[in-house]
Amino acid sequence: MDALLLNLDVLLLMLFGAGALLGGVAMILLRQPMRVAIALIATMICLAAIYGLLGVHFIAAFQVLIYVGAVMVFMVYAIMLLDTRDGGSVRFSKLLWPGVAGIIVLLGIIIASIWRQLPAPTGDTGDAAFGIAKFSTAFLGEYWLHFEVTTVLLVAAVVAALAVIGVSRRSDRSQRHG
Amino acid sequence: MDRTQFLLGISVALFSLGLLGVIVRRNVLVMLMCMELMLNGVNLSLVTFAQQTGTTAGAALVFLVFVVATAEIALAIPIVLLLVRDKRSLDTGAYNDLKG
Repeated sequence: MDALLLNLDVLLLMLFGAGALLGGVAMILLRQPMRVAIALIATMICLAAIYGLLGVHFIAAFQVLIYVGAVMVFMVYAIMLLDTRDGGSVRFSKLLWPGVAGIIVLLGIIIASIWRQLPAPTGDTGDAAFGIAKFSTAFLGEYWLHFEVTTVLLVAAVVAALAVIGVSRRSDRSQRHG
Repeated sequence: MDRTQFLLGISVALFSLGLLGVIVRRNVLVMLMCMELMLNGVNLSLVTFAQQTGTTAGAALVFLVFVVATAEIALAIPIVLLLVRDKRSLDTGAYNDLKG
């Protein structure tokens, strides 16, 4: 029992890692987009649990808040808006077997390179390295330029979304008059 | 197998599964979700390396990836909506005339 408690974090890490992988495999195999979305949400929650086990709790919280709470809710909304029009289409493209073979080769090469030897860890590893205070200071001090560039990216995304809406309105109007 | 190798293996597997989904699936929304899976795999490797080296660079990059993923979805969904309104299908085979 003591050994189990000592190795509990390793056990949980393996459990959530297996859950994330199962969710990823289910995303490839399931046919309905809504079920794929549920599998992706399960994968994201398993990854959030892994981040929590690694001691980066704020990334775990943002993984749930941003990915599951915002991105996937938007995706589920789009699926519910569009899914009824798409009945009985083919699940896989013609590239199924070349794609599977290529991915197996890629996976083999990268896993083999991971297995050989990783460099030894440097610096102070552990929970203290990822305190929200230290991260916030570094994020808004050292990485302020990156932060500003992402705000520009967000503005560009909003402008582009408005442009897409403008294109759809113009095409509506031309259909009505033509 | 130590913890870093296990987590990097998981992240590579998630990235490869996402890439496989983008290649083999025909539904546009499923392809978008597979792209999100690829970003999640990259995030896991970033967090793992940041934890291994004890620096905040990886965590900062993860936050930037969050923003990029959100912007990508906010832009991709309206484009998919327009495509579906035009072609009445989510199947990529219906968009063959988009080939350059």
